[in-house]
Amino acid sequence: MHPADDGGLLSPYRVLDLTDERGILCGKILADLGADVIQIEPPGGSSARRIGPFYQDEAHPDRSLFWWSYAANKRSITLNLASRDGRTLLKRLVPSAHFLIESFPPGHMERLGLGYDALAAINPALIVVSVTPFGRDGPYAHYRASDLNGMGMAGFMYVTGDPDRPPARVGVSHFYLHGSAAGATGAMIAHAQRVLTGRGQHVDVSCQEAVARTLASAPQLFAIEKTVIRRQGSYRQTGDTTFMRITWPCKDGFVNFQLSGGAGAGRSVNNLIRWMEEEGRGDPVLTGLDWTTLGYGMINKELLERVVPPVERFLMSHTKAELFEGAVKRRILLFPVATARDIMQNTQLQARGYFRQVSHPDLATTITYPGPFVRASATPLELRRLAPKVGEHNAEIYLNELGLTRQELVRLREAGAM
Amino acid sequence: MRPLAGLKVLDFCWVAVGPMTTSYLAEYGATVVRIESKRRPETLRNAPPFGSQGQSVNRSGYFANYNANKYGMGVNMAHPQAREFVKRLVAWADLVTENFTPGTLEEWGLGYEELCQVKPDIILFSTSMLGRGGPYSQQPGFGAVLASLSGMTGLTGWPDRMPTNPYGAYTDFLVPRFAVPMILAALDYRRRTGRGQHLDVSQLEVSLHFMAPLLLDYTLNGRERDRMGNRHPAAAPHGAYPCRGEDRWCTIACQTDAEWEALCQVMGSPAWTQEERFATLLGRKAHEDELDSLTSRWTQEWEAYELMRTLQQAGVPAGVVQTTHDLFDDPQLRHRGHFVFMDHPEVGRHPVQRSEFRLSQAPGEFRHAAPTLGQHTVEVCKEILHMSEDEIAALTAAGVLEE
Repeated sequence: MHPADDGGLLSPYRVLDLTDERGILCGKILADLGADVIQIEPPGGSSARRIGPFYQDEAHPDRSLFWWSYAANKRSITLNLASRDGRTLLKRLVPSAHFLIESFPPGHMERLGLGYDALAAINPALIVVSVTPFGRDGPYAHYRASDLNGMGMAGFMYVTGDPDRPPARVGVSHFYLHGSAAGATGAMIAHAQRVLTGRGQHVDVSCQEAVARTLASAPQLFAIEKTVIRRQGSYRQTGDTTFMRITWPCKDGFVNFQLSGGAGAGRSVNNLIRWMEEEGRGDPVLTGLDWTTLGYGMINKELLERVVPPVERFLMSHTKAELFEGAVKRRILLFPVATARDIMQNTQLQARGYFRQVSHPDLATTITYPGPFVRASATPLELRRLAPKVGEHNAEIYLNELGLTRQELVRLREAGAM
Repeated sequence: MRPLAGLKVLDFCWVAVGPMTTSYLAEYGATVVRIESKRRPETLRNAPPFGSQGQSVNRSGYFANYNANKYGMGVNMAHPQAREFVKRLVAWADLVTENFTPGTLEEWGLGYEELCQVKPDIILFSTSMLGRGGPYSQQPGFGAVLASLSGMTGLTGWPDRMPTNPYGAYTDFLVPRFAVPMILAALDYRRRTGRGQHLDVSQLEVSLHFMAPLLLDYTLNGRERDRMGNRHPAAAPHGAYPCRGEDRWCTIACQTDAEWEALCQVMGSPAWTQEERFATLLGRKAHEDELDSLTSRWTQEWEAYELMRTLQQAGVPAGVVQTTHDLFDDPQLRHRGHFVFMDHPEVGRHPVQRSEFRLSQAPGEFRHAAPTLGQHTVEVCKEILHMSEDEIAALTAAGVLEE
């Protein structure tokens, strides 16, 4: 076993994480997999610390729940890239690093003298990951993009939302999370190549492309059948004249149920129809069809308009909990449209022991965090450390690992290099 | 050298999440052998679009997008002999991937323990809706439902309307970006330690990493957010605004004073933009309905792309709400070669989406289009398993293999 291996999937590897909120999940994924990820923050702290919500609504840089979520398992040092000393310090960290992740606008690292070529000259095995909205070059490379702009440009918004309202984004900012997670994917593919060749390389991620890959068959529907998919509210358009119903009201909220043909979805619909019959709410048209023989998403509007009302009446007569319980028993693809409370009370998540109780000694409390994204039988993932305070590991890393003297550390701090 | 050269994958994946995961592996050089059966073609083979020739299991453009470069092997897993046959491929493989309802592999006698008997250091990647174990582990479903269970649907759409599902099987496309790093990390761990393992992934548990701050907000602050359309707690204007033409929109997002002032300048600083109530972010948030309607009145005179270019030039974050048609004309996506056009004997010329990153030393490769059912059965038997013609013929006659 490698000397640095402490049993984690990626324990031998060190990651220098220069990202802000636009790339922060990339290092989080590698950190959760066991890598030693050092979040490198500007003096005063990362802008990701300004993103709410905040613990007890106190807008303090150490109380951002966004930061807590995406910087956990990382260490933090401060380093001012705008100063020559800061850049020199970064270069001193590069030889022992395996990955460097950044999410600056394209060209920024080069202007600092820290472009890929300069870093590779120090450490040819280094893998550099750049997460940007549109990629590092090309006509839109220098465009500014908030989450909203990005989701629109990637084609996601046009197909999401109500038909009589403007296109809608997901109610949470996901554009950069998709690109960040893709950064971890590209980083590990590059790592596999490094194992074979000993050389690193530059991974150039486009968040726009990442989100464009969430559009299911919509791009192919245009390219092959010239069908432009539009947003349909509680329905989904699956082809030029075909639809499926997705979201339904019920007694105490909403549920999600795919009224569609297909091998899997069709069995589910057949099972719901049998449940309706059990309760004396059968419908002859519904019963007369074998939904498994209709193609997935192949139902036309006329048929839907005929079969939706009886299904809707049935669902409205039950609560989300009743519907979910009944669906599980009958293998129906139906789930509640969950609220945060529903998620925290989800018995499946509880049975799998998903949530983690983590002690926050500074707040004298224990806080419930979402758990690992995989159960790995040989190498369990854990929340090993809380999201760091600004520069929490300056002494540990600069003094103990990099070998600076205490006097140098004080001097660099006074000079604003960290 | 291809990054994943030499990686051997026995792939039981179907629909979207699994095939998209293994598509990254196939794009970067792994040998991926898909196991499928004519008796029960996988869902995506019967999903549109099919093109002008109409529906056939070999004509889905949806299927083709995730299965380029893979080898298609026809095996009737319901046949008792199939399980022993498949073990020969297990012995060959480094990695077995599957996204069946938990328990399916075990029913075939191909659970993790059994795979280890054939290949002690095998890595098994399993992803399912809700993970293995627990009361709802067997509950089947697709990503579309899971967006609901993870809380995304409930927050998407308008406060005065029903929630709206993020388009498509949204979470299916989010999981592969966690799955590929964990698979490659597990392979690296095996290289270092000699140990394989079983990776058990719940699609819900992964998806909640895209919702984590909101879960903490609920548990710590007791807050449950409602839908807010396109609004943002700390930005205004922040929305999709109408442009000239039918259903054309441009998003504008002003988070800083500088961005708001730049927007005012592009608008020619009409009197309303100079009103005190719009001078600060708090003021704009307090009068957001009016702000949106005044902004819309201005944007609707513009052609969407012209507006985007003008605003971007002035430093205002803006972007056209692009249709799927627009994506194919998008100069940036073209510059990056996002859509790779491939030829397929039945689908015809069709686009495959490249991975969303460019590796400076390893271009993704698109060697051959998605397989037709059983297209590579004989090839895999001969070249990977070194079987004789007679043996292949016997297993085909017995109904184990499908060509």
